[in-house]
Amino acid sequence: MTTLVAPQRSADVATPRRALTARLAWLGVALVALLLATTASVAFGSRVVSLDEIVSAFTGAEDGVAQAAVLGRIPRTILALLVGATLGLAGAVLQAVTRNPLADSQVLGITSGASLFVVAGIAFVGLSSPMAYIWVAIAGSALAAILVYAIGSLGRGGPTPLKLALAGAVTSAAFNALVSAVLLPRIEVMDDFRFWQIGGVGGATYDKLTLVAPFLAVGTLICVVCARGLNALALGDDVAAGLGERVLRTRLAAAAGAFILCGAATAVAGPIGFVGLMVPHACRLLVGVDHRWLLPFSALVGATLLTVADVAGRVVARPSEVDVGIVTALIGAPIFIAIVRRLRVRAL
Amino acid sequence: MTDTHVLRVEGVTLAYGERTVVESLDLLVPPGQITTIIGANACGKSTLLRAMSRLLAPRQGRVVLDGKDLHRLPTREVARTLGLLPQSPIAPEGITVSDLVARGRHPYRRLLTRWTAEDDAAVARALELTGTADLADRPVDELSGGQRQRVWIAMALAQQTDILLLDEPTTYLDLSHQVEVLDLLTDLNRERGTTIVMVLHDLNLAARYADHLVAVKAGRVYAAGAPEAVLDAQLVREVFGMNSQVVTDPVSGRPLVLPISRHHCGADRREPVPVGV
Amino acid sequence: MSAVDVVIAGRVRRAWRWRLVVTGLAVAVVVAFSVSLMVGRTFYGPDEVLRVIAGQAVPGASFTVGVLRLPRAVLAVLTGFAFGLAGATFQTMLRNALAAPDIIGISSGASAAAVFAILVLKISSATTVSVLAILAALATAALIYVLAFKDGVVGTRLILIGIGVSAILKSLVSYLIVRAAAWDLQVAMRWLTGSLNAATWSRVVPLAVAIAVFTPLLLAQSRNLEQLRLGDDTAAALGVRVGRTRLVVILAAVALIAFATAAAGPIAFVSFLAGPIAARVVGPSESLMVPAGLVGALLVLVSDLVGQFAFGTRYPVGVVTGALGALYLVFLLARTNRSGGSL
Repeated sequence: MTTLVAPQRSADVATPRRALTARLAWLGVALVALLLATTASVAFGSRVVSLDEIVSAFTGAEDGVAQAAVLGRIPRTILALLVGATLGLAGAVLQAVTRNPLADSQVLGITSGASLFVVAGIAFVGLSSPMAYIWVAIAGSALAAILVYAIGSLGRGGPTPLKLALAGAVTSAAFNALVSAVLLPRIEVMDDFRFWQIGGVGGATYDKLTLVAPFLAVGTLICVVCARGLNALALGDDVAAGLGERVLRTRLAAAAGAFILCGAATAVAGPIGFVGLMVPHACRLLVGVDHRWLLPFSALVGATLLTVADVAGRVVARPSEVDVGIVTALIGAPIFIAIVRRLRVRAL
Repeated sequence: MTDTHVLRVEGVTLAYGERTVVESLDLLVPPGQITTIIGANACGKSTLLRAMSRLLAPRQGRVVLDGKDLHRLPTREVARTLGLLPQSPIAPEGITVSDLVARGRHPYRRLLTRWTAEDDAAVARALELTGTADLADRPVDELSGGQRQRVWIAMALAQQTDILLLDEPTTYLDLSHQVEVLDLLTDLNRERGTTIVMVLHDLNLAARYADHLVAVKAGRVYAAGAPEAVLDAQLVREVFGMNSQVVTDPVSGRPLVLPISRHHCGADRREPVPVGV
Repeated sequence: MSAVDVVIAGRVRRAWRWRLVVTGLAVAVVVAFSVSLMVGRTFYGPDEVLRVIAGQAVPGASFTVGVLRLPRAVLAVLTGFAFGLAGATFQTMLRNALAAPDIIGISSGASAAAVFAILVLKISSATTVSVLAILAALATAALIYVLAFKDGVVGTRLILIGIGVSAILKSLVSYLIVRAAAWDLQVAMRWLTGSLNAATWSRVVPLAVAIAVFTPLLLAQSRNLEQLRLGDDTAAALGVRVGRTRLVVILAAVALIAFATAAAGPIAFVSFLAGPIAARVVGPSESLMVPAGLVGALLVLVSDLVGQFAFGTRYPVGVVTGALGALYLVFLLARTNRSGGSL
């Protein structure tokens, strides 16, 4: 045990500068990766397209089948980028708000809440406009999250990661059962639903994109504004309050931002899970826990990840495809397991 | 009433994964006495207790009960001789005091047996000894910290073991309850000859209540013996990295450790403080 | 009253409560069973039902009751019992009322295998599908156990890894279902939510045998299991062979779930609800297993009746129990505002 008279001079000035350089370097890497992913996304598919064909499609120089393929893939690519960024960002926010390394929109049952509300809206209220779906999905996300948080807080110890994950799993199961209950008498809705249920960006259109963009923008803005507050939250509610942070307000605002993002993303691309889980963990390893860096980074990496997952899904099962929701689950769940193994039991 | 069982630790090395916590440690637990283990955080004292209660198998060396290797003895037999109160015991929700104490009879019950009169008597005796008989039908969740700890001790008592191991039984209790629990344990020792081994974090309570004090430093026994013989300023400095003055407690006649802090200790007392113990 | 009298009185009181509750539950199960034999599009009175059970040929009733309703009701009781028992076992062992085996991935293995067999391998024999489902459930449990093993198994990690494995399997199932042609969908849905349609004696018998074999195993360990609630350390100090008890108990419980899932699909939430309901009714006790099994049986019987007759559409039993699960969650939360929150 060390006992020292005077407090040691804390880390050299060089360290912050070094960290900044490292972060910028990683930022560069992430941007390059994003670019590559985007290119791959327009290049690959049931027909592989070459680089000049891509360029010529964009510049409008030529107008052949390859170029048409590229142009057709653009909305899909944009959607993948947007949804990926959204999920990465929302995941980072959820993990910060719940102080839970295992938080993710699917693990916490948020996506199943969105599903239930959308289905219920269609079945009982006869909703048909995509805009309505988005609003309803956001409401469902919020409700599910609150329910899960409340259930996870029952009993001793408050909302530990274990209890939240369990509460999420149980709530998801319950909501999914309710979805089945709603759908079974309505076979015609069922077919549409089961495709949406998988989670995919295949049905992307420019209309959808324009529709969902404002929601994503608002949600992102709210989350980004909360970034500094989230840094304080990480220290625990009491310490954060002691530092002058308005804990409740920050939490509610950040959570609202996350719900808007999750709801909108789920409404337009179906429930896609695990992106919000994996991406923040990876990003934390690269750029640290300062949310002013972590949030944008998570968005970037999330976008890249989802795009790559989508490409993989298209390539692996050519000529048909594996929807991106499946791919993220197949990659993400093992990573979830790896994270659980690495964490100390007390932290769970 | 109790037979004398002797617990001994012989050259034991304990590790978690790659991390060795205790190395080649020898310890004899004097039967019929109260032994208290002290040491700095993470020095291995809880780990040592776990090895002694059979929860952790030694990498090397062995823990010996009455000359036989503890880990080779049948589980039931060990449970009738060694009782353990771990650091944060979990009480199932809604369980009543009498039910929890009755759990202590588990090592005596076979698969198809019903409750015997002896079981009931043991439970009742345990309740009386710990002064919890009037709490018998109350749910454990509703009790205060001190009461709850007494109930856990009652459970260990119902087990009717000759040796009782306790891992920090006084943490989270306020001072009056700490003393209450320690006095109870002393009653057990004096009246029934129960050998008690406990890990305590409070140096002065340890000095007051121990017949045999064991100081652990970095996985080895630094000193072991009667508190008066063993506890001095040098031990405190070596084991806890703290300067102190050890006087005789006017209330109990046992050693009393007075830490020498940077403030409130008079200028002439300030000695250079050791670094990196 | 002396301390001994207090102790004995308390114990006797709890024992009587247990006996009362178990008797009550058994009676309720018998009543529900009888109702499900009698009620339907055609109502058959008790005398006709009894004659069919006795083996006599009764016009009309022999088919409806004997071939359709009887296997269905028996299957309901057996699956409910198996799920309830296994659920209570897991919840006790993992010290967490939310850690039901269908949440932590065991049932998903069985469903995934079954869906795969039906939709991809195009296997039509129900027996083969069941065997595959059982093997898959056991393999899934083994996988989760192995993945959770790190210097021994800790309940927390087991649960979380189970949730992870469950996610993988569920996404596989989703993928297969989406690619399925419409006419296989009905069968596949059964494996997703659980249904007692197509109940036949060939489904009942393997499950009955499994229950006969594994229930005594579980009951023998029930006391040790209850001690595990005190924490691994305390239980070990009380003489419980923690590792061995856990292994035996997991094996038996998983086997029960596997057979039950193979027989009727993963009937949602029965294993989750049975334990807590039994605990609430029986009070803290040394043996929750039999009450939980009976509660499970009752749940499935009643839910199936509700699913068949209460609404315009026929809902498979799994959907009704799922909705009940959702209600239960809400109920849990409503209770906390008053009593301060516990499961």
